[in-house]
Amino acid sequence: MNTAVLRTEFRLFRREPAAVFWIFLFPTLLLVILGSIPSFREADKSLGGLRPVDAYVPITVLVALIMSGVQSLPQVLTGHRERGILRRMRLTPVRPSALLSAPMVVLGTVALGSALLALVVGRLAFDVRLPEQPAGYLLALLLTTGAALALGSVVSALSRTTKMASAIGSAVFFPMMFCAGVWLPVQEMPHTLARVVQLTPFGAAARALGEAASGDWPGWGHLGVLAGWTVLLTAGAARWFRWE
Amino acid sequence: MPSVIEVTDLRKSYGGRAVVDGVSFAVEEGEIFGILGPNGAGKTTTVECVEGLRVPDAGRVRVAGLDPVADHDEVVRILGAQLQQSELQPKLTVREALELYASFYPRPADWRPLAERLGLTARLGTRFGKLSGGQQQRLFIALALVGGPRVVVLDELTTGLDPRARRDTWQLIEDVRASGVTVLLVTHFMEEAQRLCDRIAVIDKGRVAALDTPAGLIRRSAGATVISFTPSAPLDEHELAALPAIASVEHKDGRITLSGTDETVNAVITLLARHHITAHQLRVLDATLDDAFLDLTKEAAA
Repeated sequence: MNTAVLRTEFRLFRREPAAVFWIFLFPTLLLVILGSIPSFREADKSLGGLRPVDAYVPITVLVALIMSGVQSLPQVLTGHRERGILRRMRLTPVRPSALLSAPMVVLGTVALGSALLALVVGRLAFDVRLPEQPAGYLLALLLTTGAALALGSVVSALSRTTKMASAIGSAVFFPMMFCAGVWLPVQEMPHTLARVVQLTPFGAAARALGEAASGDWPGWGHLGVLAGWTVLLTAGAARWFRWE
Repeated sequence: MPSVIEVTDLRKSYGGRAVVDGVSFAVEEGEIFGILGPNGAGKTTTVECVEGLRVPDAGRVRVAGLDPVADHDEVVRILGAQLQQSELQPKLTVREALELYASFYPRPADWRPLAERLGLTARLGTRFGKLSGGQQQRLFIALALVGGPRVVVLDELTTGLDPRARRDTWQLIEDVRASGVTVLLVTHFMEEAQRLCDRIAVIDKGRVAALDTPAGLIRRSAGATVISFTPSAPLDEHELAALPAIASVEHKDGRITLSGTDETVNAVITLLARHHITAHQLRVLDATLDDAFLDLTKEAAA
């Protein structure tokens, strides 16, 4: 890991107001808007006695990860390649892996910061309890970050231009948001649908985070699905990625 | 003394078409070596093999005795490069780019005097995307030199620069060479090659058409000397065509332009004296590298 490259990536991230908004602020803003609806603060039987706002905190966290992994990362990586920056940097002593990992580290860290912001705001504004199984929550969160970044890497590996990256990114974005439970939490989905959704990275992540939030150790099945996707997507990105 | 850059029988094809077809040359330490050729001749592909950006199909490339592909990590420490088409992150400032690239190298050059020489000092806080084409080009030249390289490869060095910046850049390259750096320069700009290069390889259709000093290339070409004058009376076409070492004869508005060698000059003066013809506005000019280049690449095309 090259700290100068990392610092530069972070600096460039801060200069993209849209990325800062969508990754860092939007998820919490969404939580605040939903939490302001009175019915979202009443216990719901279909959520096992949780209030919708409780269920939406892990979903908000996932939105941050989807924004950074699927929306931002492909733009950054594909942009670097399209502009010949990766090619130029290959003629310096910097390790090629540092060029690709720096944006991932920056976006992953910002997304985790955004997750923390959502947890804190949920706790302070809506009295949502902090995860009762913090270690399990953190593990699920880190695995999900890995899967989100790997998915973004596959998108950028398959996109020749930034235009293609944004088209493919959007095509992947909405199904991922659905699986995360943005429109309907996974717990409320019909049984068959939920079973399928749980096999997707963000469906499994939603379940794992939900379980850890309420004090259980996240199911190994869900964690296994996340780990499997991360390995598979990383292998795909490594296989298909082109430097120019 | 071993050469700093050695290219031996280099070959590279794309989709069955040979872009580089057996190129060989060697660049000595401290030399400015030019690669000259028409568009699509294989110049850029050749230097990309030297930089290790492309893997040759056949042949051998060595930079300071190292293989640019297999010994990539060592080669990038001693080689600075300016690519023909490249961009930086649009929101990165000039200062940040210089600091970033300097941080990559074990013994970087001080980027401040470099920026000063390239007229970038007033632009240090400007983002790459807001620079003019010429300023971007100057920044890339600075980035090629910021690592304190032993060998620097410059592809289309002064493209996009105005005449003043171009001359300043040439002076900078001469100073860089004076400090012992070896320069490999790709250009299609004759004045630049003639001014800067110690030796030039003219590449055409993937092969080296000629390799010599600029003066040597000019001497070699058929029409090294150009004689023009307006004769006071008509001259016999056969007598002109029979002049020694004559390469071409042209008539335009009563003016005759001959190209040949010094021998032709002497013979034409004798011819005029014999016929008591006066040559008005007589001009004898040495051919330029331009003429030599056209001549060399035409020959290869035939």
